[in-house]
Amino acid sequence: MTNLLEIRDLHKRYGTVEVLKGVDCSMRQGEVISIIGSSGSGKTTMLRCINMLEEFQGGTIAIDGQEIGYETAGGARRRKPEREIARQRALTGMAFQQFNLFPHMTAAANVMLGLVKVKKMSRDEARVLAEKWLDRVGLLSRKDHYPGQLSGGQQQRVAIARAIAMNPKLMLFDEVTSALDPELVNEVLQVIKGLAEDGMSMLIVTHEMRFAYEVSSRVIFMNQGRIGEEGHPREMFLKPRTERLAEFLKTSTFN
Amino acid sequence: MDFSFLDQLWLARIPLLKGLGVSVSISLLSIVVGTVLGVFVGLALVYGFRPVKWIVRGYTDFIRGTPVLVLVLASYYVLSTIGIDLGPFQAGVLALAVFCSSHVGELVRGALQSIPKGQTEAAKAIGLTFAQTFTYVLGPQALRQALPAWVNTAAEMVKASTLLSIIGVSELLLRTQELISRTFMSLEFYFFAGFLYFVINYGIERFGRYVERKTAVPS
Repeated sequence: MTNLLEIRDLHKRYGTVEVLKGVDCSMRQGEVISIIGSSGSGKTTMLRCINMLEEFQGGTIAIDGQEIGYETAGGARRRKPEREIARQRALTGMAFQQFNLFPHMTAAANVMLGLVKVKKMSRDEARVLAEKWLDRVGLLSRKDHYPGQLSGGQQQRVAIARAIAMNPKLMLFDEVTSALDPELVNEVLQVIKGLAEDGMSMLIVTHEMRFAYEVSSRVIFMNQGRIGEEGHPREMFLKPRTERLAEFLKTSTFN
Repeated sequence: MDFSFLDQLWLARIPLLKGLGVSVSISLLSIVVGTVLGVFVGLALVYGFRPVKWIVRGYTDFIRGTPVLVLVLASYYVLSTIGIDLGPFQAGVLALAVFCSSHVGELVRGALQSIPKGQTEAAKAIGLTFAQTFTYVLGPQALRQALPAWVNTAAEMVKASTLLSIIGVSELLLRTQELISRTFMSLEFYFFAGFLYFVINYGIERFGRYVERKTAVPS
């Protein structure tokens, strides 16, 4: 059986600065993987390569055996056509640190946009599905509110509903609680936990160590553009094998 | 013969109305054409490939750095020397539309660049193509952003339409001047013309406010 996600020897440069120096990672259906590491270690960049928000110069990423972003024909590596990349992006869903809801649309319209324009659903079908997911994140009563009328935590939950309603094979979470006031963090984490219990495959970049410990089936520690260490959360957090991880855990709050 | 201002106004109603009509036509045409062109200018400034971007950048900088009157005169007198023979009305509208397009282009560029990058990324992440992203996400936000400044530009175009009197287009100002040279009532008729321009621009401004209110996003 092919893995859900297969990353091989991923290299990414900004100009002359190499931020990913050969990352290998595979992920099975239903896994919840947290990616931790200090800022600049490449964890967000890696996540953004998976849905081609960042280009990458070397290596391959495959989702369900489908190569993402690039194709190699006759030894030459080419970027796939934009339309194909757009289609591939819909294989994954992404939630961002800054929520990035569309401010001129209601919560329901935010969720419906992709369903109607990408999935080509009728507006009625899309509305039913949007309401189902808004209900799931506890915001059905806010469906006609605009993002500006919602709290940060509520906006992030709508953003998660918007991504997940597209029925992605894999959800990508990019520091989704980092921009939130402390008292709003929990409501968002609860939503993600719920999705994990449903068996959703998720890659979670986070600074919430306690959350990573509780929700993940596996943890990846990124260090200077490489995977420093990976394993079961209990081993990772309680018995780190490498000096670097031990150092990192010492400086991060685990509460 | 001792006609009052109102008598004179009544006698001159047809030429004045014609002048008003011409002024409104010049303004409308140059705003519409200039806006359509300007949207493409703005798109080229933001999304164009390098050479395209440079050419368009040169175009807007050149046009915006040139007095409108010079553009009007150039369009009428210079174009004919290279074989493009336009009547005064067409030449004038062309000059104003070009002027308008460079300003609208800058408005559109500014509005598009003020939208956070996260908006494009979120649109991409749900699988929207670039055209869809522009149509449903960036365009509507840029429109709201650019609207107030666009209303200003439109009002500027109405004022700039008076410059076409220099090349002999019988718009409101030229008709007024002709009328004054016959009646010598300069104060009254200049005021009257000024009043009409004010009414047009006030209308544009009210319309802009109305659209702003209609499209405002609750927060």
